[in-house]
Amino acid sequence: MKTTMPQTVTPEIPNPPQRLLSYFEDGGQTLGSWLLTTDHKRIGILYLYSILVFFVIAAIAAAMMRMELLTPAGDMVTSQTYNKLFTMHGTLMVWFFLIPSIPSVLGNFLVPLMLGARDLAFPKLNLLSWYLFNLGGLLALYAVAFGGVDTGWTFYEPYSSAFSNSHVVTMIAGVFVAGFSSILTGLNFIVSIHKLRAPGLTWFKLPLFLWSTYATSIILVLATPVLAMTLVLVATEKIWGLGIFDPKLGGDPVLFQHLFWFYSHPAVYVMILPGMGVISELITCFSRKPIFGYHFVAFSSVAIALIGFFVWGHHMFVSSQSVYAGLVFSLLSYLVAVPSAIKVFNWTMTLYRGRIHFDTPMLYALAFIGLFMVGGLTGLFLAALGFDVHVHGTYFVVAHFHYIMVGGMVTAFLGGLHYWWPKITGRLYPENLGRLAALIIFIGFNVTFLPQFVVGYLGMPRRYHAYAPEFQIFNVMSSAGASILGIGYLLPLIYLIWSLKNGKKAPPNPWKATGLEWQTPSPPPKQNFAQTPIVTQKPYQYSPEIEEELIHG
Amino acid sequence: MADAPTGLAEQYDDMLQQREASTLGMWTFLATEVLFFGGLFLSYTIYRHAYSDAFAEAGRHVKIVYGTINTALLLTSSLTMSLAIHAAQSGRQRALLGFLAATMFLGCCFLGVKGLEYKSDIDEHLVPGAQFQHGLPAQAQIFWFLYWVTTGVHSLHLLVGIGALGVIAWMARKGKFSAAYHNPVVMSGLYWHFVDVIWVWLYALFYLVNRH
Amino acid sequence: MNFPLFPAQASKVAEQTDYIYWGLLCLSAAVCLIVFVPMVYFLFKYRNGNPADRTPLELPEYKIEVAWTIVPTLIFMCFYVWGSRQYFLIERPPPDAMQINVIGKQWMWKIQHPEGNREINELHVPMGRDVKLMMTSEDVIHSFFLPAFRVKQDVVPGRYTTEWINADKIGTYHLFCSEYCGTSHSLMVGRIIVMSPADYTSWLAKGQPEPSLVQSGESLFRQLGCSGCHMGNSVIRAPPLEGVFGKPVPLNDRTVVQADEGYIRDSILFPAKQIVGGYTNDMPSFTGKVNEEQMLELIAYIKSLETQSPSPEVRP
Repeated sequence: MKTTMPQTVTPEIPNPPQRLLSYFEDGGQTLGSWLLTTDHKRIGILYLYSILVFFVIAAIAAAMMRMELLTPAGDMVTSQTYNKLFTMHGTLMVWFFLIPSIPSVLGNFLVPLMLGARDLAFPKLNLLSWYLFNLGGLLALYAVAFGGVDTGWTFYEPYSSAFSNSHVVTMIAGVFVAGFSSILTGLNFIVSIHKLRAPGLTWFKLPLFLWSTYATSIILVLATPVLAMTLVLVATEKIWGLGIFDPKLGGDPVLFQHLFWFYSHPAVYVMILPGMGVISELITCFSRKPIFGYHFVAFSSVAIALIGFFVWGHHMFVSSQSVYAGLVFSLLSYLVAVPSAIKVFNWTMTLYRGRIHFDTPMLYALAFIGLFMVGGLTGLFLAALGFDVHVHGTYFVVAHFHYIMVGGMVTAFLGGLHYWWPKITGRLYPENLGRLAALIIFIGFNVTFLPQFVVGYLGMPRRYHAYAPEFQIFNVMSSAGASILGIGYLLPLIYLIWSLKNGKKAPPNPWKATGLEWQTPSPPPKQNFAQTPIVTQKPYQYSPEIEEELIHG
Repeated sequence: MADAPTGLAEQYDDMLQQREASTLGMWTFLATEVLFFGGLFLSYTIYRHAYSDAFAEAGRHVKIVYGTINTALLLTSSLTMSLAIHAAQSGRQRALLGFLAATMFLGCCFLGVKGLEYKSDIDEHLVPGAQFQHGLPAQAQIFWFLYWVTTGVHSLHLLVGIGALGVIAWMARKGKFSAAYHNPVVMSGLYWHFVDVIWVWLYALFYLVNRH
Repeated sequence: MNFPLFPAQASKVAEQTDYIYWGLLCLSAAVCLIVFVPMVYFLFKYRNGNPADRTPLELPEYKIEVAWTIVPTLIFMCFYVWGSRQYFLIERPPPDAMQINVIGKQWMWKIQHPEGNREINELHVPMGRDVKLMMTSEDVIHSFFLPAFRVKQDVVPGRYTTEWINADKIGTYHLFCSEYCGTSHSLMVGRIIVMSPADYTSWLAKGQPEPSLVQSGESLFRQLGCSGCHMGNSVIRAPPLEGVFGKPVPLNDRTVVQADEGYIRDSILFPAKQIVGGYTNDMPSFTGKVNEEQMLELIAYIKSLETQSPSPEVRP
């Protein structure tokens, strides 16, 4: 290793007596050692397995929908099946893949490492939240396997309670239980970031990933319980046969939407903020520059989380809420776009006078910026009240949120997974295949979702099993793109698994990165650090003038 | 970690850090709980505003005697809980056990009284649905729906609280706590007081607002 | 397969909404240029291995950050105002628009014209006239979406919502349900047919003779026994309904409500909800006895009472 600016001063240990066992070796490889572990790193891996299962199932549902939509007529599956497919895709992707993806997998693995701590504040609670997550997931899978649910992931009243004859209650129970897993994870992160920072690691020395994780956790802790209660009300209404959203009693189904989006809009930020945090790490490392405007990037995460609590009504511009409410929500929706814009500008500025390495994680980071820009800009379209009236509930919205959630979050997740893969597994992934996959995903994604903006603007409503013939060309393009995207996602799955056995052994810091997580062996020992590190410098002390060779497989 | 018997977990450097972490954790959890009940309180407020007459009429059928007894029981239990914490702080094990038992007993009394109240509510056809008491306006069912759900969820919380105190009492019996280490007692106390405060809100919203 | 990029434009409102679309497209293009051109340049110039000056610069970071916080905010505010003005235009029907009733139910649209013509999944409207749709649902939430007019409004059970158009091109356009409403949601589609006023009149005439909404409402009013209490010479004292529509009504709890469609509907279904000042509630609820179509007929009848003399015998 050439000399990098050390971020930490690790007290000198003269010839450590022996190599510390990695978290894989320490504790053994028995099933019990994994299922009963309280090690945050192992729990992160457990989450990775779980969400992978849900991702694959939900992706299969998406593939079937795209096949059905090749032709205007609803000819491959029945309407009932199609409705169950998109409900399954939505619920599984949102609650069982996207929300836990970066926070629960990368967050669990990295938060204590980045803090210089030995574990999260409440390790047993952490394990409990993994079990709750899986219990919720099993309930959801049960609902899917034994009949399915046809309400859409939004469970809109009064359809979900009084009209749907599907397994709504089971699915709601699944989401409810998984919600508690989110709450406990968020709580764990908040407390850990407050109380377990290594000596010298002040708030403004925190890596930006931790800032965004912190903002995410606030949302998880404060928004999820509202969803939980709302779902309790829906389930009670369904079982009881009447309830407070029932218009026959004078109840108001629109109230349900307020309560639902009070959670679900902030939840959208749960599905993007951690991604932004990852991108800040990647951009700095691969342009060898300190981040431009650290404080602004950090506070913009908090600003997004806070303003994000007050924009829920923009899902309801045509729901018959008052026009004045619409005015307020539109204004706040524009304001919440500002911190996102700040982030993009700062990332771009970070590249200036950097030394840019185009390794796989960087390709994902650049793809993220591009896709997130499109998602963010089309968000401005949707925030414009008069225009939203036209595109609300159409494929324009579908394209918009896929750009944010898939183009944004999944891209960031893959970027982060590649970046920290050597740390997590101790192996390097094959770099060229990685770059190829990133490129395929970027192309496939755009071919899939760009046409959906057009077809949405033309007026094709979402959740349509059969559609008007003039929309066909765009749907064909979209389906073709989806198959490219599918291959793109399959590739990393294959070579990452391959690399577990066959990848080159990773050194502690292959990217010559500055974060605390790189100051310990790959994979890290169970206790994370041989000795608690002491932090003396700001994060991202890279120097672009120094030429360094990054190590990749 | 040589001083393991004090109950210091390995991720913490010292007892102070551990205590601060669990206190912050508990308050964060209570913030979650506030928002959990918040959805119900919000719905109540909106419907009360929309259907004030129907709600007032429905509210006249709530059994205020049971509600008041229960309020007294829970407030007393908060007192015994505080005394338990005080006993733990000063390291008086027998007093700690006694006050914990008293708190749990008061909690069980609350549930008993609540059960009696539920029974008389059912007897008076105050369960929304086809059997709902005639003569009450349609929106009275919304009031009663909220009554059942809110008090039900609250009782569930109380049940969890009694269970938690049971564990604490068991730990206390095994001599796990001392004047130096008694944080779990304080944490369960926080939760207990929270459940109490929620009840005071319920009491005000469902029992008192309709009395003139 | 054809390759349309723009939906049909059949009203002035649609044209104006499209201007916003174009404005936002220009904004997006500008932002993309501002971000991507420097980005690509940086990526190229500062790529590893390319000799370039990389000595750190002391930039006025704070000023730059403030600038790129404030400038986008100001630009966004312009679009906010623009979008909101359009929203107010779309959401508020002109006062003298002709009214057509829409009832959504799984999975069809039922239309009532004031003259009594009824249609399903088809809506005939005259060109050049303000048409207000008074909409409700019998079951779940639907959404009445007319892409060629760039308007959409959720149709919610238990309340009335409105949508208005003024078509300026004769033709047939899509009608979609755009709020997921169950199994055959994607089949809850239809057409809106814009006709010249003359053609519309003759189309209306072809559908006759059906009793007008007011006539149907009047006979319902008698059948259901409303007239027994609410007509001048009845024994039981109930508030008179003549001229009530569109006026403020003082209530027993000293508040005042506007007597609109929603108020009349609630008074029929939930009489206890709002009691007219000086009266007691002696009216039974008609929940389950009046369906949504009949409700709209009753409302049409009560509305008609506004303009006529106290004697309800004379039809307008």
